[in-house]
Amino acid sequence: MRAAPVNVLARLAEYVNHDPVLRRRGRFLDADMLLEIGTAQWLMTIRDGQILQMRTASPVMNSWTFAMRFDAVAWELFLTRLPPPGTHDLMALLRTGRLRIEGNLHPFMSHLLWFKEAFATLRDAP
Amino acid sequence: MIEPVTGRYLRLDLAGRAHRLYFEECGKGIPLLCLHTAGADGRQYRDLLNDADITRDFRCIAFDMPWHGKSSPPDGWWEEEYRLTTDLYTGMIMAVIDALALERPLVLGCSIGGRIVLDLAARHADRLRGVIGLQSSAFVEPYYDLEWLHRPDVHGGEVCAGIVSGLVAPQSPAVSRWETLWHYMQGGPGVFRGDLHFYKEEGDLRPLLAQIDTRRCPVWMLTGDYDYSCSPEATLQTAAQIPGAKATIMAGLGHFPMSENFAVLRPYLREILEAIKAPNE
Repeated sequence: MRAAPVNVLARLAEYVNHDPVLRRRGRFLDADMLLEIGTAQWLMTIRDGQILQMRTASPVMNSWTFAMRFDAVAWELFLTRLPPPGTHDLMALLRTGRLRIEGNLHPFMSHLLWFKEAFATLRDAP
Repeated sequence: MIEPVTGRYLRLDLAGRAHRLYFEECGKGIPLLCLHTAGADGRQYRDLLNDADITRDFRCIAFDMPWHGKSSPPDGWWEEEYRLTTDLYTGMIMAVIDALALERPLVLGCSIGGRIVLDLAARHADRLRGVIGLQSSAFVEPYYDLEWLHRPDVHGGEVCAGIVSGLVAPQSPAVSRWETLWHYMQGGPGVFRGDLHFYKEEGDLRPLLAQIDTRRCPVWMLTGDYDYSCSPEATLQTAAQIPGAKATIMAGLGHFPMSENFAVLRPYLREILEAIKAPNE
């Protein structure tokens, strides 16, 4: 049984910020992102490709550049070491309707490889 | 070590315009013409062209489409938007077959190449020995905004690679995955987008499938199960509309079987090539 999403997510900043490839690839990336997994929501502050802050979103007022909204089951499958077809990639999740992305998509699309690999670092999370 | 693969340039007219196309080849025997995916080039077939068990009996040829790889766009390209269509694509392939004097080649295409071989089978059956469609289907609905692929405020090479990276199966070796993505990173501005005009907009071949006669031109289809662009379901639905077509779903492969993990594709391909070599058995 995997750890709850919040416990896994706590490792994201550590993994991303200490990964030299992601730091180089994301060096021009700034975004305030709403991350939704099932019904839980977090706000992530990214500057120069570093995750500076991740906090639980307010139930009433949030400002963000763009939002990524994951189906909870799909998120769990995405994080398995060998995800089944259709759950192995962010675009695959989009294609099958299990991930929605909203807002100003420029930071996401201009750093698509960064986002894919940043979330994939969690596949190694204990 | 020098590979046995050779590369040359071909001068020919396509749709009335002068072109200079680059192609690579290896082997002798039955002509096997290989078609690359959208936004990439003939290097995707590097492992096939280096496979001595295949080149012993097949003259394997992979050309870069105009605007791709080492093939230049035609004169005046800077004043136009590149948009591939079914007629341009089929006309280009038949022109290459004529220019190289290929006698009844077997045509192997992937993705857009897997699509266009269906048009070839329907309209040029008697000129061909058969067609093999990798990641082949008659139509794919758009599932993202294609405009992201060509705009000045997003790096075209990086976004094109980002779009297709998940189409490589997770099991495929890193070296082959990143080589496949490098080809996308090297594409010219708007070229992948222009290919997808055929793949996701103009080139709906569903009405054509009933015209394919597999007794005159056999059709094989091979699709990796990690492909969410041309899904296994899309391939099977297409095959069901072509009497006699043989479709196989391959486990642990994505959208680029020949480039991302040739070792896994190889036995499926060899089985078809053996059947081609011995048509009466």
